[in-house]
Amino acid sequence: METTLINNSFASNPAVNASSAVHSTPYTFPKEHDLATLPIKMEVKDLSIYYNKFKAVEGISLAFPANQITAIIGPSGCGKSTLLRSLNRMTELIPRAHVEGSVFLDGENLYAPGTDVVELRRRIGMVFQRPNPFPMSIYDNIAYGPRLYGVKKRGTLDEIVETSLKQAALWDEVKDKLNDSGMALSGGQQQRLCIARALAVEPDVVLMDEPAASLDPIATLKIEELMQRIKANYTIIIVTHNMQQAARVSSFTAFMMMNEQRAGTLVEFGETTSLFTNPKHKQTEDYVTGRFG
Amino acid sequence: MTEMNAVVPSVATKVSHIQSHKGFRRRKAVNWVMLALTGLITLLAVVPLFWIIGYVVAKGGQYINLDFFTQLPRPSGIPGGGVLHAIEGTLLLTFFAALIAIPIGLFAAFYAAYHPNTLLGTLLRFGTDVLSGIPSIVVGIFVYALVVKPSGHYSLLSGSIAMAMIMLPTIIRTTEEMIKLVPVNLREGALALGAPEWKTALQVTLPAALSGILTGFLLSLARATGETAPLLFTALGNDRFNLSRMISSGVSAGQSIFAIIGNILEQPVDSLPLTLYKYSQDPNIDRINQSWAVAFVLVILVLTINIVARVWVEARAARLRQ
Repeated sequence: METTLINNSFASNPAVNASSAVHSTPYTFPKEHDLATLPIKMEVKDLSIYYNKFKAVEGISLAFPANQITAIIGPSGCGKSTLLRSLNRMTELIPRAHVEGSVFLDGENLYAPGTDVVELRRRIGMVFQRPNPFPMSIYDNIAYGPRLYGVKKRGTLDEIVETSLKQAALWDEVKDKLNDSGMALSGGQQQRLCIARALAVEPDVVLMDEPAASLDPIATLKIEELMQRIKANYTIIIVTHNMQQAARVSSFTAFMMMNEQRAGTLVEFGETTSLFTNPKHKQTEDYVTGRFG
Repeated sequence: MTEMNAVVPSVATKVSHIQSHKGFRRRKAVNWVMLALTGLITLLAVVPLFWIIGYVVAKGGQYINLDFFTQLPRPSGIPGGGVLHAIEGTLLLTFFAALIAIPIGLFAAFYAAYHPNTLLGTLLRFGTDVLSGIPSIVVGIFVYALVVKPSGHYSLLSGSIAMAMIMLPTIIRTTEEMIKLVPVNLREGALALGAPEWKTALQVTLPAALSGILTGFLLSLARATGETAPLLFTALGNDRFNLSRMISSGVSAGQSIFAIIGNILEQPVDSLPLTLYKYSQDPNIDRINQSWAVAFVLVILVLTINIVARVWVEARAARLRQ
C-alpha cells in the first residue's frame, strides 16, 4: 500500500528524537560476528529484565538487521520470549516486571519517557504462540487495528483487509466468508489470520513468539513460506524452540542460555549458516548438535 | 513360539484366579450397595423440587385464567380479579434493580478480575462474599434506613435498590469468573495491536465472555425476583398500584417521560412474592386460592429464567469445546 495510514514517528518528545542522532543507521556489526554492513532496524543495548527481584534476562546487546528474519533460539526458560516481549513493551503487562537498558527502533529509544506505547505497538506487531483471533468476524479481526487508528471509510478498510489477507496467504481460503467468525477457522488458518491482523496496521517489525508451536507440519510450512514472502517489507524476529525452523527461515540467529544465576544471557549471535555449521562457542555447538536442550 | 504359548495360559489362569478371590466378591458387593445408596439419596434430593412444582401446579393451576393476568385485584370477599399490579410491580422492580446492579457489577467484576491481588481487589472479593451471606431481611431494613426514612415514604425505587443489593454479589462473582476464563492470550492480542486497556476490555474481553456474563445476570435476576424479605420494608406492597392509569394521567397532564417515570418510582408497589405472602394470610378463600396461583406463576417465571440461563451456558460450553 502506497499511502501510510499513520504518521511514522511515535516519539514527539524532543529528548527521544535527540537520541536518534547517536544511533544512526547503517550500523556495523561487531567484527567477531563476521557480518556484513547492514541497515539496522532494532537494537537492544544492555537489556536486563526483572520479575520482582529475579533477573530473567541479563545484559543483552543485540542488533536486528532490517528486512531480515532473525531467530532467537535457546533452551526452555532461557528468556527468549521475555526478551521478545520487551521489544514492544509487552513485558509491562506483567505486574512487577521491569526493564533496564534500552531498545531502539530506528534509533529511537522505546523506553524513553514520553514514548507513545500505542504508536510503538503499531510499529512493532506481535504474533503469539497460540492463535488468538478475536471473537468477531474475519473481516472485523483484520479491520480491528486500522479502526483503532482511525480508519473509518469502508473502501479503505476493504482494501486493507484484502491486502493483509493476501500477504498472509489466506485470502483465497476466506474471501467468500469474511463475515464468518474468525474462531471457526482451523488452527493454521487462525494463525495466518493473526499474522494478517498484525500486518494490517503496517508495522515495521513483526515479533513472532513460537508462531508454529501449536500447528501441524503443513500449517507450519505455510507460515514459514509466508515469512519468506513478506520479509522484503518487514523486519521479522522469531522466537522458536525448533532449531530446524530457525535454520530454515532465518538469516541471523541469536542463541541464548541461562547462566548460573538462571538469568538468560546471549551466548552467540551471527549469521544462521555460520552459527549452525561453525559455532564459536562450545555451548552453542552442544545445543545446535542436540547434545542438550 | 513355544515361549508365547507358555505365557498365554498363565495370564488366563491369573485372571480367573483374581475373579474367584473372596475379597473381590465382597468388594463388588460393597460397590453395588454404595452405588445404590448414593443413587437413592440423589433421588431424595431432587424429590422436593418436583414435589414443589407438582403441588403448586395442582393447587394453583386451576385458578389461572386470563383475568388473573390482566385484571387488578377486587376487594377481599368479591371473587374474581387478578394480580396485574403484582406482575407489573415485579417486572418494574426487577428492571430497575437490574439497571442499578448490572453496571456496578460489571465495573466491579472487571476490577476484581484484572487486579486480583491489590488491596481493593481483595476487599471487593471479601465484600461480595459477605454481602451474599447477609440475610435479605437485613438488606431490606438497611435500605429502609438509607432511602425510605429520609424520603418519608415506601417506594418502588427503594425496593429496586434492595433487590439490586441482593443481585450484586452473584453478578460480580459470575462476571469475574467469566472474564477470567477469557484467555490472557486474547487480551494480549489486542494490547499488542496498540489497543488501550479499556478498549480491549470493552471490544474483545466483554464479547468473548458475554454469554457467560448474561447467564450470571439471569441467575441473579431469578434469585432476586423470588425475594420477599427485602421488599417488606421498602416496596411495601400496594394493591391499588395502577400502571396504565399513572401513565395515561401523566400523559394527559402533559408531563415529560422522566416526570412520569419519576412518579412511578415514588409509588409503593406490590410484587408477586409480596402478594403471595399477603393473600395467603387473608381469611377469604378466593384470596387463598389466588395465592396458590401466584405461587404457580412465580415458580414458572423463576424456572423459565433458570432454564434459559442453563441452556445458554451449555450452548456456550459446546461452542468452546469445538
